[in-house]
Amino acid sequence: MNAFIKSFDKARPTRRAVVIASAATAGGALLVGCSPAQILGIGTPDVDFGPFGPFISIAANGDVTVVSKHIEFGQGNHAGLAAIVAEELDADWDRVKVVQAPANVKVYANLGQGVQGTGGSSAINNSWDQLRKVGAAARAMFVSAAAARWSVPVGEIGVKNSVVSHPAGKSATFADLLPDAAKVAPPKEPTLKDPKAFTLIGSDRVRRKDSLAKSTGTARFTQDVHLPNMLTAMVAHPPRFGATVASFDAAAAKAVPGVVDVFKIPSGVAVVAANTWAARQGRDAVKVTWDDAKAERRGSDEILATYKALASGKTQPTGDLKWQVFDAHGAGAAPAGGKVVEATFDFPFLAHAPMEPMNCVAETGGGKTKLTFGSQIPTVDQLNAAMIVGALPGSVQIETLFAGGSFGRRANFKSDYAAECVHIAKHVGGGRPVKLVWSREDDMSGGYYRPMVHHAVRVTLDADGYPAHWRHRIVTQSIMKGSPVGGGGLDESAVEGAKGSPYLKATPVVDAQAILPDSGVPVLWWRSVGATHTAFVMEHMVDQLARAAGKDPVDYRRALYAKAGASRWLAALNLAAEKAGPKPAEGWSRGVAVHECFGTVVAQVAEVKLQDGKPRVGRVVTAVDCGTPISPGQIAAQMEGGTCFGLSAALYGRVTLKGGEVEQKNFDTYRVLRIDEAPQVETHLVPSGAHPSGVGEPGTPVIGPAVANALLALTGKPTSSLPFVQA
Amino acid sequence: MAKTLNINGASVSVDAAPDTPLLWVLRDELGLTGAKYGCGVGQCGACTVHLDGKAVRSCQTPIGAVEGMKITTIEGLGGVHPLQAAWVKLDVPQCGYCQSGQIMSAAALLAETPRPSDADIDSAMSGNICRCGAYQRIRAAIIDAAAAAKA
Repeated sequence: MNAFIKSFDKARPTRRAVVIASAATAGGALLVGCSPAQILGIGTPDVDFGPFGPFISIAANGDVTVVSKHIEFGQGNHAGLAAIVAEELDADWDRVKVVQAPANVKVYANLGQGVQGTGGSSAINNSWDQLRKVGAAARAMFVSAAAARWSVPVGEIGVKNSVVSHPAGKSATFADLLPDAAKVAPPKEPTLKDPKAFTLIGSDRVRRKDSLAKSTGTARFTQDVHLPNMLTAMVAHPPRFGATVASFDAAAAKAVPGVVDVFKIPSGVAVVAANTWAARQGRDAVKVTWDDAKAERRGSDEILATYKALASGKTQPTGDLKWQVFDAHGAGAAPAGGKVVEATFDFPFLAHAPMEPMNCVAETGGGKTKLTFGSQIPTVDQLNAAMIVGALPGSVQIETLFAGGSFGRRANFKSDYAAECVHIAKHVGGGRPVKLVWSREDDMSGGYYRPMVHHAVRVTLDADGYPAHWRHRIVTQSIMKGSPVGGGGLDESAVEGAKGSPYLKATPVVDAQAILPDSGVPVLWWRSVGATHTAFVMEHMVDQLARAAGKDPVDYRRALYAKAGASRWLAALNLAAEKAGPKPAEGWSRGVAVHECFGTVVAQVAEVKLQDGKPRVGRVVTAVDCGTPISPGQIAAQMEGGTCFGLSAALYGRVTLKGGEVEQKNFDTYRVLRIDEAPQVETHLVPSGAHPSGVGEPGTPVIGPAVANALLALTGKPTSSLPFVQA
Repeated sequence: MAKTLNINGASVSVDAAPDTPLLWVLRDELGLTGAKYGCGVGQCGACTVHLDGKAVRSCQTPIGAVEGMKITTIEGLGGVHPLQAAWVKLDVPQCGYCQSGQIMSAAALLAETPRPSDADIDSAMSGNICRCGAYQRIRAAIIDAAAAAKA
């Protein structure tokens, strides 16, 4: 521990020290007696947050500002987080606003992850207890202040809409009481409300706070940052992953009016200019010779062929590569004479393609380093920036802005584009701000994709038509390997959703294994992560089993959920089926799918028809169990949006490589869902008083298999690869 | 190379080469950052503005071609357009990055077709991508704004 601290005391922390710190965030136990927040927060300045602590500030007029430790990039979490505070504080919801927390892992860590960061649909889930206490403590401070002022017992005082009152006719606003309340010591264990007394949480009043700013062009994104003396940078990146700069000719780039400098950085050749258009023209004019010695030169078809050969047993793993068991229970061979259903599934690389291409503003010099951007894991971005500039991680300031989508792309252990910006700002020096702008082409062909995946499944049915033996093989690339939290074991993110599936629980004998060969293509989590493929495989497989058994797919699932004790899946399925009604509209086929992702169960009934040879999705009836619902409107919004995101990938999403080069550069070749193809999603909540879970991701993975199942019912043909539209 | 442009009802002088896309003049020179960069090739619609009332992609519009024309950006709607009220009423935005472009495309549609059908909306709005998938609410808000304008 002491030796570790000393390594941070030096001006330039070693990469190893930072890796240890990062590993500690996941392992937690590596450095006994020292929390990850303490280690990673080294260098964090002490901050006086005021009387109500780091999550609440209250203005002299009584307006309440809630500080969100989580980034808002569409999920609606800012509304939900603020509502948790406002409920316990009994604040006037119309006078509550939300701001984004600065980087400070000591106070703003995600309690489920140890670092300050947003991911795994965890914002509401990890903040629930914390923010209820924060709100309740602040309420208690106002109540104490009023009790003292009026000389009445605290138990007789009520609070409603930012007004504190006593039955004897006394009342005072938060503004009136603020000077006194600010002097009260916050209680450590404040009394929380009985959820039955909630008036805001779960109501239609929990609406977004940013809709007006986002409808008037005034919401501030990284792309909109303009600072005095700021330069804009673009980077010539190699066409193949892993290539490096051999040499470059900057003459033509420097001839572009507005271009200030052209120089090499680890990820390519940077062009800095007076404005974006000059930077773009300059970047396009740089002539770079790339060294492909370490580059990935295979095409995606070639990589997929190796996956299939491994899964089929045609090739055996060599070296460190091994099959790893993710579920094995029961014993014995498949029953002889049982009906066998075999299927394979191929999934392509997927780009996240958020509307705002990656970008970052950085300034470094004079002992200060500051980043301004949509930082999804500020603690990791601090560490990576600190390593580049030679500073203590906690001293790197990050101002987090709205981000124009992420879908996982901005949560990157390497902080790829932010680190790139810091390299450029360091070269520019003097604390001069630099805005790095990626073009759509940089973004689309820049890697960090959802990995390609191949599944091979063989199920043998028992005499009643239910699975007796389930053999499952998954071949994909590990997301976690090589990251500070990679460890040596199985990458759970590659198998989640297959592992733990009620269908495997309901099967007496299971032999399920995965193998995770490397490639030179950088991969990353993509909205719903493992579920992007496991939900498809499990749900489409189950429909194929039901069909082989001659049973209705909904009834077949009900029987399996009963065997597995999957009561939440059953409840969601039943609600979706009930709300969908007995029959689809004339001319439409139906498919159902259910999946649990990050603790939230979603069931969908999708109505589908074939139009011009491709699936058209109409009505999608959705049932969701996310525990205690906080904002029904935003839960519905996430089901609507998540369904579109999943359907976009299922219909069209595919990044391919030829000779190591990405073939899709922009939305003309990476087709995405448009408004004329969007389904009509109806959202129904499964009643629950459980601890809330997230909704940002769980709405994504279910629509793909629901559509495949509708097509299976319509045509009798199963789907063995995505996307549906291969043209 | 100074040019005079008519933007949101005001005459402004800009100094940029004639082939410079209007988007970058709006954003970098004039500080009108409502129109967004999303693709640079006219595929996503995030940069949509009005030229003489028609929705155009400002990333594909060189400033040399727009002198003397009336340019309107999201800032020019003043926050008081019925579509903006409908957008807020229905909580349309998620990440919000595409919404300026969505609203400008929808505003041009309503100006021409005050009571649009679903097919009209498909046709006018399918050039605007929303990766968050807020399409269902975008459609509902256009219909809501059209009804409000008539009422």
